[in-house]
Amino acid sequence: MSSDVPTTTATITAAGAAAKASVADVPHEPGVAKPDAILTVDHVTRRFGGVTAVDVQHLEVQRGIITALIGPNGAGKTTFFNLITGFDKPSSAPKLIGGPKAGEAAKSSFNGNEVGNIGATKVAKQGMVRTFQLTKALSKLTVLENMRLGAKDQPGENLFVAMIKPLWAKREAEITLKAEDLLARFKLLEKKDDMAGSLSGGQKKLLEMARALMSDPVMIMLDEPMAGVNPALTQSLLGHIQALRDDGMTVLFVEHDMHMVRHISDWVVVMAEGRVVAEGPAGTVMDDPAVIDAYLGAHHNTDLGDDSLLTDEVAEELAAEVTAEETAEGKA
Amino acid sequence: MDQFLTTLVAILNSAISPQTAALAIAAIGLNIHFGYTGLLNFGQAGFMLIGAYAFAISIIGGLPIILAFLIALVAAVLFALILGIPTLKLRGDYLAIVTLSAAEIVRMVGRSSLLTNITGGSNGITGNEYRGPFTDLSFFGDGRIDFGPWNYDATGSNGWWFIATAWFVVALLCLFVWAIMRSPWGRVLRGIREDEDAVRALGKNVYSYKMQALILGGVIGAIAGIVYILPASLQADSMGRSMTYFIFTALLLGGAATVFGPVLGAIVFFALRLLVQGLAGQFVPGTIMNGQQTEQFAWIVIGITLMLVVIFRPQGILGNKKELSFDVK
Repeated sequence: MSSDVPTTTATITAAGAAAKASVADVPHEPGVAKPDAILTVDHVTRRFGGVTAVDVQHLEVQRGIITALIGPNGAGKTTFFNLITGFDKPSSAPKLIGGPKAGEAAKSSFNGNEVGNIGATKVAKQGMVRTFQLTKALSKLTVLENMRLGAKDQPGENLFVAMIKPLWAKREAEITLKAEDLLARFKLLEKKDDMAGSLSGGQKKLLEMARALMSDPVMIMLDEPMAGVNPALTQSLLGHIQALRDDGMTVLFVEHDMHMVRHISDWVVVMAEGRVVAEGPAGTVMDDPAVIDAYLGAHHNTDLGDDSLLTDEVAEELAAEVTAEETAEGKA
Repeated sequence: MDQFLTTLVAILNSAISPQTAALAIAAIGLNIHFGYTGLLNFGQAGFMLIGAYAFAISIIGGLPIILAFLIALVAAVLFALILGIPTLKLRGDYLAIVTLSAAEIVRMVGRSSLLTNITGGSNGITGNEYRGPFTDLSFFGDGRIDFGPWNYDATGSNGWWFIATAWFVVALLCLFVWAIMRSPWGRVLRGIREDEDAVRALGKNVYSYKMQALILGGVIGAIAGIVYILPASLQADSMGRSMTYFIFTALLLGGAATVFGPVLGAIVFFALRLLVQGLAGQFVPGTIMNGQQTEQFAWIVIGITLMLVVIFRPQGILGNKKELSFDVK
């Protein structure tokens, strides 16, 4: 089972190439229209008191590709995630009385259905399933039960059916089979009878992702899937994410690790101060001056921990840059 | 030695008494709330009162016993809806506050002198007024049945008929809880107990499940209320805050989130109290502690036991430490 886990070597799968090709002709500007958008978001703003955490006027996510959402801390990425998955309500949501004007109310549609105001449960039922930045493994349930909980269409989740086991035992067996299959893919099978709380942080991330996949989502939203995961595991996680895309799923993820973003994303959306400031393929976006300013910094390609790079020359150069900036600011 | 035997017989009698069964049933209901779903219901006694009043008043009003029983269940469902609709969308602590005060409201309304001709006010309703139809159902016949240390009337109040039906209900409910908690429905509840948002993210309607759990546990609480008053009398003050506390103690003692925990907890709860009271009465001279004081002393020991259980064995007697223990740290 584990041998056919794809790894992120230079080999680009056919599906990957197709995904990249599908957005090849899209102009590289914020809020651009996509040829086949699965998720469209309009006028979504969220204010916390006087602070505007999210203010996205228009964003489309292309179907069947891996889209990365990047941005500095406090850019509103996670809040934006919460807003589109129904865990939070936009300040610009339509209200019965008052509220925004008709054309300016928050609106988001997913797979042809309005998902703006229906709540997290129904959003998930539509096939948009998310994970959390701080993992939410159900600690005092076993790993296998965590997985089973993710499954759809279990009639035994109705109280009246639940009392009679034969009515749900068959579906339960199917679910268990599927869960074990997924656990094997994520190398968690030998842990299936352990309590989820006993897993390590990285394993919890894997479990959460596997659990989300139990419901066969149309689109999976990963909030910092790599945070706290060791490099070897990161490598296989990347493979899993690409495999999801190759299976026809749409992936939207938040991440800070630029190597990873560069590696697997087909499209990158950059947020800063709540707005979408740039969009485009990874390579292009990372050269965008707006992105460098807001997020990456001028030395994002330099390893700051590497002392050998900090020669006198570099130090002088940096000092000169600082002075130049200071004078520029002084003039302004 | 004689006195010790008396204590032992008293314990054995209390172990099978309908009152113990009623406490066990109420704890089974609370177990669905607290043990499996994580709902903090501090008003289980309120559900008992609602059930007891609905049952007794319906029977006094001349309705058949089955109908009275159903009315009690419906009343509990309504009470759960009233409590749950505004609070289940909020954080758990709010349900605790609302249930606590709602149970007090029920008690205060029940004992209000304005309602004396319906609820009997603070004097309550004597058992003879509503016990008749239930006693008539008995097929145990007349006379006495002696069985080891247990000597009771076959049918009379506090007799075998009451004991047998009460424990039959306990057994039935244990079976029911076992059946639903091994099902996917029970799994969703346990998921909600661990993390609501995670379950919501998997497309389950958390609000609906919490409501179902609240109603189910509340209805079982109402049944407990009926079982509690059948051999005794209905008095609002006998099902106040202290009753909720006894139910919680029984549940935690036996082990929350287990099928038999509430039952064992209820038996141990009464046994422990009688044991302490008996031993104190036997060995502590009356000049230090008189009869009334030994009873209070027994309650103090129960309180300390609850503290010790929560600190040193948070999963209770039967609980699985991995599955449920309180985050005491």
